[in-house]
Amino acid sequence: MKQNPQKDDRGQIDSADLHIGPEYAVAERDVAELLTGRVVSGSSLWRDAWRRLLKNKLAVFGLVVVILLALGSLIGPTVIQRTTGYTYDAIPKDASLLKSFPPFRGPDGRFSFAHPMGTDSAGRDILARVLSGGQISLMVALIATLVSLIIGVSYGAIAGYAGGRLDELMMRIVDVLYSLPYVIIVIVLLALLPAKTPTAQLAQLFFALGAVSWLTMARIVRGQIMSLKNQEFVLAARATGVSTPKIIFRHLVPNALGPVIVYATLTIPTVMLSEAFLSFLGLGVRSPRVSWGSLAAEGAQNLAVYPWQLIFPGLTMALMLFSLNFVGDGLRDALDPQARRD
Amino acid sequence: MSDDNGNLLSVRDLRVYFETEDGSVRAVDGISFDVKRGETLGIVGESGSGKSVANLSLMRLIPEPPGKIASGSISFDGRDVLRLSPSEIRALRGKRIAMIFQDPMTSLNPFMRVSKQLMEVTQLHLGHTKRQARAHAIAMLEHVGIPDAAERVDSYPHEFSGGMRQRVIIAMALSCQPELLIADEPTTALDVTIQAQILELIKQLKSETGASVILITHDLGVIAGMTDHVIVMYAGRVFEQAPTRELFERPGNPYTRGLLRSVPDPTEDEGTLYQIPGQPPDLAHLPPGCPFASRCERAEEVCQREFPPFVQLTPNHQSLCHFANEVYAETSAIR
Repeated sequence: MKQNPQKDDRGQIDSADLHIGPEYAVAERDVAELLTGRVVSGSSLWRDAWRRLLKNKLAVFGLVVVILLALGSLIGPTVIQRTTGYTYDAIPKDASLLKSFPPFRGPDGRFSFAHPMGTDSAGRDILARVLSGGQISLMVALIATLVSLIIGVSYGAIAGYAGGRLDELMMRIVDVLYSLPYVIIVIVLLALLPAKTPTAQLAQLFFALGAVSWLTMARIVRGQIMSLKNQEFVLAARATGVSTPKIIFRHLVPNALGPVIVYATLTIPTVMLSEAFLSFLGLGVRSPRVSWGSLAAEGAQNLAVYPWQLIFPGLTMALMLFSLNFVGDGLRDALDPQARRD
Repeated sequence: MSDDNGNLLSVRDLRVYFETEDGSVRAVDGISFDVKRGETLGIVGESGSGKSVANLSLMRLIPEPPGKIASGSISFDGRDVLRLSPSEIRALRGKRIAMIFQDPMTSLNPFMRVSKQLMEVTQLHLGHTKRQARAHAIAMLEHVGIPDAAERVDSYPHEFSGGMRQRVIIAMALSCQPELLIADEPTTALDVTIQAQILELIKQLKSETGASVILITHDLGVIAGMTDHVIVMYAGRVFEQAPTRELFERPGNPYTRGLLRSVPDPTEDEGTLYQIPGQPPDLAHLPPGCPFASRCERAEEVCQREFPPFVQLTPNHQSLCHFANEVYAETSAIR
């Protein structure tokens, strides 16, 4: 057996023989272009996910309902006010109208389009009230979700990237907050923060709900970041001198965006339900402002006599909650193709 | 600019330890080497011999904890890297020292367009505006041989093949014209023809820019074709260091000899491929003597007992072995 290999040229790369210059370099896309005969444009993950989402009938249904309800809540009250003059808090001047009419019934007991959902005990149009309530409910849900996104994502990302003691400390804080019943936190927060005007009350509600809704988000993001931070591209980014905050928020967080989006979509209905629950207890939105929760609370008092006062706000909210959950589930399947059942 | 010997990088007695539950793992245990300007230094060794850890610590990229640079000095262009502040070291990374990683599939951010990843480097270090950075990114991609660079620059990494991605990574590493390029097994994850292309590219770019290169590999063929000087690492130590030609012709260490013998010989029709018996030692529980002793065909009783000396064979050829002179004489005699 030979001991010194230098005599022959094994392993020796002779550049004259092996000059494979850049001109021969072929990319996958070139092959695809050759095969299909047309220029293949890059398809991003988002476009793929969107295509998969559109294949999911339930998710599309949910998306359509959510958009319709959101649009209805947004412009509906104005349209009703312009055309009929009804608003969520307009009490009719005529004393004979100060009672609850069933849907599609005029004061004379005959069929009428004036109040498709009937009126409440003070003669206010329930359709206008439901749509206005939708405004508040949606706003509370969106803002609380936004707060949860901002706090939860940064908190989780920092804890996950830092690791060690800091992570330990930060996540124990989350655990402690988790173990407290959220209703109590919200009630305490609502009681502690003085609110004089209805707008201040609303802000209080946003704050209270946002303050408790970020915990799960922080956990999800932390887990994602922990599994991502050991990948080579993070090391590569560090090796090019990128600073730690930039690595966390420009390189890592976008990679965790899929689960974040899914969870955020599923947070919206959860917060909406919490808002309804608090309003039902009289802690949330207070009169004259209305939300789906406060409408349901009002309707529940008169359930036996005027069932439509509960049915319409309840149905609308249920429809919205179902649809949002369909969209969230659809997004989860679309963004995580490996986990799909098919 | 450089110190008196023309060294761009000079590592002295570097020790990197990892604290584990099993005790302290001495991943790199007192290595020293120099890289001259314009030189290509090869580092060979088995997996776990400390090659990558040594090079990560050059840029202070060792995760701390559990890792720790226990002692030693790393002098880059006359400044001790280990004493730099975090912002100073960040200014060095990517600008004056750049790194190419082993797996092009995972070392690009899958969620960022290639353009953005390339632009990030020059915006950070050269103060480029978006427009300048973009033009520079396209120019760099063209330079590393990506056709239609202007169109392709906005692609995502998954739209490139492995070889193409490694080209992108090289473009990124070279976009600030670094003085030192560390290539950590740049071709291991690629197939053989692409390997040759990539090595050829590194060679070409190196001669254009005059950068020094540290090439980490376990492929002796790559070492032979690319490097001027070689370090053989084993168990966190430098076992032998010599100019490339000298190392292949007259190895002065039984371990190096074993490595050279385990390269398949295409002229040999039959027989089994030689392999060094045994496993690399557990770095947390190193024996008192030579870490290679239990696998060494030349080991004697002294090897188990005493740590071997670092023997100076010629002015630039050293070997860590009790019998370095004998081995060196033997290999010389065979010639």
